[in-house]
Amino acid sequence: MREKLVMIGNGMAGVRTLEELLELAPDLYDITVFGAEPHGNYNRILLSPVLAGDKTLDDIMLNDEQWYADHGITLHKGKKVVRIDRARRRVVAEDGTTADYDRLIIATGSNPFIIPVPGHDLPGVIAFRDIRDVETMLAAAREHRHAVVIGGGLLGLEAANGLMQRGMDVTVVHIMDTLMERQLDGVAAGMLRKSLEERGLKFLMPAETEAILGSGRVEKVRLKDGTEIPAGLVVMAVGIRPNVELARAAGIHCERGIVVNDTLQTFDPRIYAVGECVQHRGVTYGLVAPLFEQARVCANHLARMGIGRYEGSLTSTKLKVTGIDLFSAGEFQGGEGTEEMIFQDPGAGLYKKLVVRDNRIVGAVMYGDTLDGTWYFELMRDGTDISDLRPTLLFGQAHHLGDSGHGEVQRVAAMSDTTEICGCNGVCKGDIVKAIVDKKLFTLEDVRAHTKASSSCGSCTGLVEALLAHTLGGDYSQAPHKKPLCGCTEFTHDEVRAAITGNGLKSVRAVMDFLEWKTPDGCSKCRPALNFYLVVAWPGEYEDDYQSRFINERAHANIQKDGTYSVVPRMWGGETTPAELRAIAEIAEKYDVPTVKVTGGQRIDLLGVPKETLPAIWGDLAAAGFVSGHAYGKAVRTVKTCVGSEWCRFGTQDSTQMGIDIEKMTWGSWMPHKVKMAVSGCPRNCAEATIKDFGVVAVESGWELHVGGNGGIKVRVTDFLCHVKTPEEVLEHCAAFLQLYREEAHYLERTAPWVERVGLSHIKAQVVDDAQRRRELAERFWHSQKFAQVDPWAERARGAARHEFTPLKQVG
Amino acid sequence: MQATNKAAVRQDWIEIGAVDDIPRLGARVVKTPEGDIAVFRTADDRVFALRDRCPHKGGPLSQGIVHGHRVACPLHDWKIALDTGEAVAPDEGCAARFPVRVEDGRVWLSLMPDEGCPNA
Repeated sequence: MREKLVMIGNGMAGVRTLEELLELAPDLYDITVFGAEPHGNYNRILLSPVLAGDKTLDDIMLNDEQWYADHGITLHKGKKVVRIDRARRRVVAEDGTTADYDRLIIATGSNPFIIPVPGHDLPGVIAFRDIRDVETMLAAAREHRHAVVIGGGLLGLEAANGLMQRGMDVTVVHIMDTLMERQLDGVAAGMLRKSLEERGLKFLMPAETEAILGSGRVEKVRLKDGTEIPAGLVVMAVGIRPNVELARAAGIHCERGIVVNDTLQTFDPRIYAVGECVQHRGVTYGLVAPLFEQARVCANHLARMGIGRYEGSLTSTKLKVTGIDLFSAGEFQGGEGTEEMIFQDPGAGLYKKLVVRDNRIVGAVMYGDTLDGTWYFELMRDGTDISDLRPTLLFGQAHHLGDSGHGEVQRVAAMSDTTEICGCNGVCKGDIVKAIVDKKLFTLEDVRAHTKASSSCGSCTGLVEALLAHTLGGDYSQAPHKKPLCGCTEFTHDEVRAAITGNGLKSVRAVMDFLEWKTPDGCSKCRPALNFYLVVAWPGEYEDDYQSRFINERAHANIQKDGTYSVVPRMWGGETTPAELRAIAEIAEKYDVPTVKVTGGQRIDLLGVPKETLPAIWGDLAAAGFVSGHAYGKAVRTVKTCVGSEWCRFGTQDSTQMGIDIEKMTWGSWMPHKVKMAVSGCPRNCAEATIKDFGVVAVESGWELHVGGNGGIKVRVTDFLCHVKTPEEVLEHCAAFLQLYREEAHYLERTAPWVERVGLSHIKAQVVDDAQRRRELAERFWHSQKFAQVDPWAERARGAARHEFTPLKQVG
Repeated sequence: MQATNKAAVRQDWIEIGAVDDIPRLGARVVKTPEGDIAVFRTADDRVFALRDRCPHKGGPLSQGIVHGHRVACPLHDWKIALDTGEAVAPDEGCAARFPVRVEDGRVWLSLMPDEGCPNA
């Protein structure tokens, strides 16, 4: 006999909990849902666009009645629960319907607050909360000319904008002297007001309503100062209150909301609560992302998995008014111990303010261009030390990370539907917005899965997030506080690494068992990461799990679009000889290589080699003295050089030899991502060392070391690490830097984002300032190289991993 | 009629090697004049066979990472279900499935793809 699960409330947070639960444990419970509204579950966030005429009611239904039927859920719609009998474990609805429960979810949401002024109960005075309110507003817009919205917050302004779109003459009455005072500072609020006034909205503020007048129906609103405004419709949007009456009457501990713990249980452990009715660690939430996070944890607990914890959410806000870009998060007003960084260009309608405490962003307000909102929010959420970013922080991420493939694209609100967002997969704004609405998507991962936008190189992630925020408005925010490594686990990259070293875990299986992986053998995202972390943690001891490596690293060649491979032999420092070139030429002819190409890293690429031919071609290359160039791996790729003091009249040091020495020291090492290096012989920098992961520039007095550059998707100039005098010092610093990167970066994180995440100061402290720490890091790198510098090509040419390169059988 | 058909199909079964010839959580390729067939082995030692062409851009599925009863295409990381050949939602498409069975540690493959998938 299955346990009985009853849910009171049929809104987004509650139904999301059921969806998550059905995913985890489809057969655990008999489920009954009571909903006071006569509908299935709909997307309350999108009521504003319905009001404004951008969407229809059908567009915003999330779960129709068929969904409940398909999952065997009993739905009592239009039935309001009036009593919870905790002794008998039974809920009772207004019409006498009862349901017994073993576990109960309270998801009663919130109620709009109605100011009890005289006349507040007149017909034509409504809140802005549900489908019925929208229907009332639409009917009023057809029959009446004047509307008054009481409340100049997020909801009030969206209502006012919607009614104006429907042709009404709208006045907003607000008690404060600035709009959206809970999200905006005075400057941004002023810009918003000006922009809304230009569109035709009228504002009376600060102003307080004294009475609503009318006989039989609302006719006008009278303010405290005696002003009377005509009104065929009054919308009260002055705030919401968690709906706790039912819970309180049942003796469940409530304060402002129903008090829950980190597993969303109330003081009666059989009773859970999720959504806007909940108070968690003293905070109530009204945005969708935190509510969905609660739903996930609650479902996890109901499914008896018991590993999820809800630890609260940071939230950010956007306004869903077409053409207005506005962003707010955290302690935007500043206060004691904070400093403010402000960028203002009134002519262009731009305003940005960052509130900083102890070199960490704690709040942000943006108006006009909010594209960087997601970036600031990320820095804020991760508590990133921004001291290294200060000089350019206000100019946004694009200032030091030039995106390739997006041109001047900046303001998502102003973009046309045909603007291309994702240059890799050819996805336009219209496609993404349509998918968000039609497929009911709420997260970046959802959008990636459905549209492929930002799923390849990821450089348009910020734009996609901005589109999500813009489409879902105030209710989009990145709630998950910590980001799990992948869908197979709740643990982050850092937690997984700590578990590996802290508990002596020495195989992929052992890690998955110890950390209770949710899938039997992981996925294509986590297995390569785990394999890498184990390689770094246990050099010489861990046996590489080739089935957990991406094909390029399993086959030691780079897969091409037609399934053939490319072969790039190593040329130390990019220097070669006539004999080597002759050998390559002969091999290319012998194996009919279709394309021979010089790479960006000063190597020769043989393209179009069938997999079966690889061991033979490698054997010939090995005979000519070549080893693998690792052009296929998350590994040290190339050290690019110029000709240096040996030939160049400007050269200051023998930089070519330095490049060769660095490459001989580092080749064969597995890295979190590919690593490219370069050595230039003078500050003219012909080897382009300042856009490499590790770059060396020779000067008269020695060597300048630079780190964290990138010439790829996001062009980033290196940060200057330090100046050293001798070649030995260059090698030791290089080894120490690379080892720190190997030990601390997340798998698939290039040095550029890693340096930005942890901060240059953190790296300097270990690689430059602390000689002993540097020495230890370098020693660990050199130690691991003893096991890594085995040429994988020669091994395979001699017959290793033969199964990888031969068909199982040839038929016909 | 039914029996004759079955007999005719039975003759198509060919022995392609031992289960142990295929790495666990990996795949091997059977080359045929009609194109390559990928033969997968999962962690629980189940064996599956699919046309070695991802329904997305024709990537060789045999080169992908096998996890659970799925393979991730090496070109663009589409996930394909090994038991049905269908792309995992929200992606759409399929790779034709070939009957495969294991007897006494030997793997037998039929070269007649199951019906219903255009990507045969």
